[in-house]
Amino acid sequence: MSDVSLMVNGRRVSGVAEDRTLLVHFLRDNLGLTGTHVGCDTSQCGACVVHVDGKAVKSCTMLAVQASGSSVVTIEGLANGADLHPVQAAFKEHHGLQCGFCTPGMIMTATDMISRHPEGLDEATVRAELEGNICRCTGYHNIVKAILAASKTMAKASKGKAKQAA
Amino acid sequence: MYSVNYHRAASVADAAKLVKNGDAKLLSGGMTLIPAMKTRLAAPSDLVDLSRIKDLQGVKVSGKTVTIGAATTHYDVANDQKLQKACPALAHLASLIGDPAVRHKGTIGGSIANNDPAADYPAALLALGATIVTNKREITADKFFKGLFETALKDGEIVTAVSFTAPAKAAYEKFRNPASRYAIVGVFVVKGKDGVSVAVTGAGDDGVFRSKEIEAALAKTFDAASLNGVKVPAKNLMSDIHASSDYRASLIAVMAKRAVAAANA
Repeated sequence: MSDVSLMVNGRRVSGVAEDRTLLVHFLRDNLGLTGTHVGCDTSQCGACVVHVDGKAVKSCTMLAVQASGSSVVTIEGLANGADLHPVQAAFKEHHGLQCGFCTPGMIMTATDMISRHPEGLDEATVRAELEGNICRCTGYHNIVKAILAASKTMAKASKGKAKQAA
Repeated sequence: MYSVNYHRAASVADAAKLVKNGDAKLLSGGMTLIPAMKTRLAAPSDLVDLSRIKDLQGVKVSGKTVTIGAATTHYDVANDQKLQKACPALAHLASLIGDPAVRHKGTIGGSIANNDPAADYPAALLALGATIVTNKREITADKFFKGLFETALKDGEIVTAVSFTAPAKAAYEKFRNPASRYAIVGVFVVKGKDGVSVAVTGAGDDGVFRSKEIEAALAKTFDAASLNGVKVPAKNLMSDIHASSDYRASLIAVMAKRAVAAANA
C-alpha cells in the first residue's frame, strides 16, 4: 500500500491504494470521478485518456502511485461551471458522439492535440492524432469535424485574449 | 495484476540498489511492462520507477555526436529540434511509435531493454551502429540485441543512454500492423562514413537483423533503383497471422526502397 497524493482538476486529493492500483481505478473508485472510462483495458482504445502533468496518457496503463505528486486533469475538470469547454461544446454542436462511451477520452485527446498544435489543425493531422482513440459508433467523421471546429474557436479566443492583453 | 511493491528511484545509484529487492523489475514508461503485468505475463515482486530521474532524460547533440537519455520519451525524441536537424530519421521513427498517449509515456531505454522483435528503435540503433550505455559499461548495438526480447543486459543492469554519430543520410520506413501499430516490417537505412547499413525490425524470427542482400545492393550506388530485382530470402523470417515469411521478405525490399528514396530526398 502507498499514499497517493495528486492534484486532480485543481483540487488536492490523497488516498491510500495498493501499489498495483491503476490510475483509472483510483480516479473512478477512490475519487468517484467516473467520467474517465475503461474500454479495452489494453491501452488500445483511449476511453481512459486523462492529462498527467499536462500530457495525455492512458490511465489504464499507469499505476496510481506512479502518478503520485502529479497534476491530473480528467473530463470532469474541463467545463467551467455550467459553461462547456470549447471542445465539449464542439462535440455537442457537431454531434461528435453516439453512445458516448469513448467521448471523455476523445475530448481529453482532442484538448491535448489542440494545445500541441497552436499553428492549427487539418483533417489529416486530426485523424493521425486520433490513432489511439477508438470509437465504434460514429465512423469518426463528426469527431474530426468537432475537433477542427474547436481548434478554430480556441485559436480565435486566444487571439482575442492576446489583443486584450496588448 | 498480481500484487507488487512500487519504489521511485531518486538516482541511477538508488535504482541499482532498489532493483536488488526480490524479483524486481525496472519500470520506465511502462507501456509494455504494465500491460504485461495486467495480463499476468509478468509478475515482478517489486517495481523500480526510473522515469523521474532527471539525469536519464533529454537529448544532447554536440557536433555529430547524439546522446539520448534512457528515460527520454518517444514524444520528446520526436520533437527535439536538435535531433530533428542532426538525425531527422530517428525523430521521425519516434513519431511513428504507438499513438500520442503512448509516446508521452514510453521511453527509448524501456523499448530497447525490452527488445520486442517488432519495436522500432532496435532497427535504428543497429543501423546507426549506436552504443548503449549502462550503469556498468558500454555495449555496441550489434552485441546488445540478442534475440526475441533478449539483450546483453545482466540482471539489475540499467540502460542510462544511447549514443551514436549522426549519419550523412538515414531514413526509416515502416509497414505497420493497423491494430497494434507495431512494425510488420520496418527498415532503417543509413549511409554513413563506414558505408551503408540496413537494419530490419518486425520480420526476423530472432529479432532485429541487418540485411546483407540490401546492403550489398546499395554498396555501389545508394539509390532506390539499385534495389530493383533484389530478392531477400524468406528463410529465418517470421510467419504469423499478420504476414507470411514470403510476404515479409517482399516487404523488406519495398520498405528499403522507400527508405532509400526518403533518405536521398
